[in-house]
Amino acid sequence: MHHPLDARGPGDGVTRRLADVQVGTELPEQSTRVTRADLVRYAGASGDFNVIHWNDRVAREVGLPGVIAHGMLTAGIAARAVTAWAGDPGAVVEYQVRFSRPVVVPDDGEGAELTVRGRVAAVAEDGRVRVDLTVTSGGEKVLSLARAFLALS
Amino acid sequence: MALDAGLVGRSYPPSAVYEVGREKIAEFATALADPDPVYRDPAAARAAGHPDVIAPPTFAIVLSLGAGNVVVEDPEVGIDYSRVVHGEQRFTHHRPIRAGDRLVATASIDAVRTVAGNDMLTTRVELATEDGEPVCTTHSMLVARGTA
Repeated sequence: MHHPLDARGPGDGVTRRLADVQVGTELPEQSTRVTRADLVRYAGASGDFNVIHWNDRVAREVGLPGVIAHGMLTAGIAARAVTAWAGDPGAVVEYQVRFSRPVVVPDDGEGAELTVRGRVAAVAEDGRVRVDLTVTSGGEKVLSLARAFLALS
Repeated sequence: MALDAGLVGRSYPPSAVYEVGREKIAEFATALADPDPVYRDPAAARAAGHPDVIAPPTFAIVLSLGAGNVVVEDPEVGIDYSRVVHGEQRFTHHRPIRAGDRLVATASIDAVRTVAGNDMLTTRVELATEDGEPVCTTHSMLVARGTA
C-alpha cells in the first residue's frame, strides 16, 4: 500500500522553549516525496480541484511541463518542519510563502522530492521567533520567501 | 486589461458559517503527511493547552479559497481565471483554528498592482467566529499572467 507522503517528521517530541533558541539555530532537515496520489489526496482535503494538479493534458495546454503540486501543499509540507521542531503547532502566529517555481510531479511512481531547511533568523524580546525556510525540489528553490513567526514562552 | 485601482477596499458579504470538524482537520493533516497528535487526539491537544484538536497552520486555506472565489468571480474585477497562478500566501493566526469553531469568512480586496504585464490581486479574508472573535487573517496574492 502506498503511504501518504512520507510521515516521518523531524520532531523530537520536545516543546521548544524560548531559552533554547538563538539566532542561527538550524532546524532538522526534512525530506518528503510527493507523488500523484498525494496530489489527489490534497485536492480532496483542501477542496482545490484545479485541473493542473491532476491532468497532464490541461497542464501542458496552459504551458506547464506537466501536472504540478498545489502551492499550498508545498507550503503545508514546509510548515510541518517548523511545527515539528516547535513541538506545538499552536505556537505559529504567522506564516507566509511566495511561490517562485512550480513543483512538477511526474506520473512515474517516484514523484518529486521536497527538501526543507530552516534557520532561526530573529528572536525578539517578547518571545517572537522568526524562522526562515529554504524549500527546494531537484536542487531548485520552489519558494522564494517562506517564513514563520512563532510565539514561544 | 489592467485591474482598476479603484477596486482596492471593496469588501464582500460574510460567508455562511463553516463548522470546523475533527475529521476534516485529521484529513487535512494526513494530506500533509503530518502525524502530530494535536491534529487528531483531543487528549493530546488538551495536554498541549488547547480546548480541542487544532488545525495545521495552513488549514485556513480551505476557508479562504472558498471566500476568495467571490472576488475572482466578481465581473467588475474581471480577472481571467484561466491565467491565474498563486503568487503569495500569508496567514496571521490570532489563535489556532480548532474543532468546533463556527467560522465566518469575510473577503475584501487589499491591493491591485500591475508588474511587467501581469495583474496582481491581493485578497484579504478575515476569519472570525460567528460571535465575532477574530481567529485568522489570510492574504492571498494571485497573478494573472500577461493580462495587463
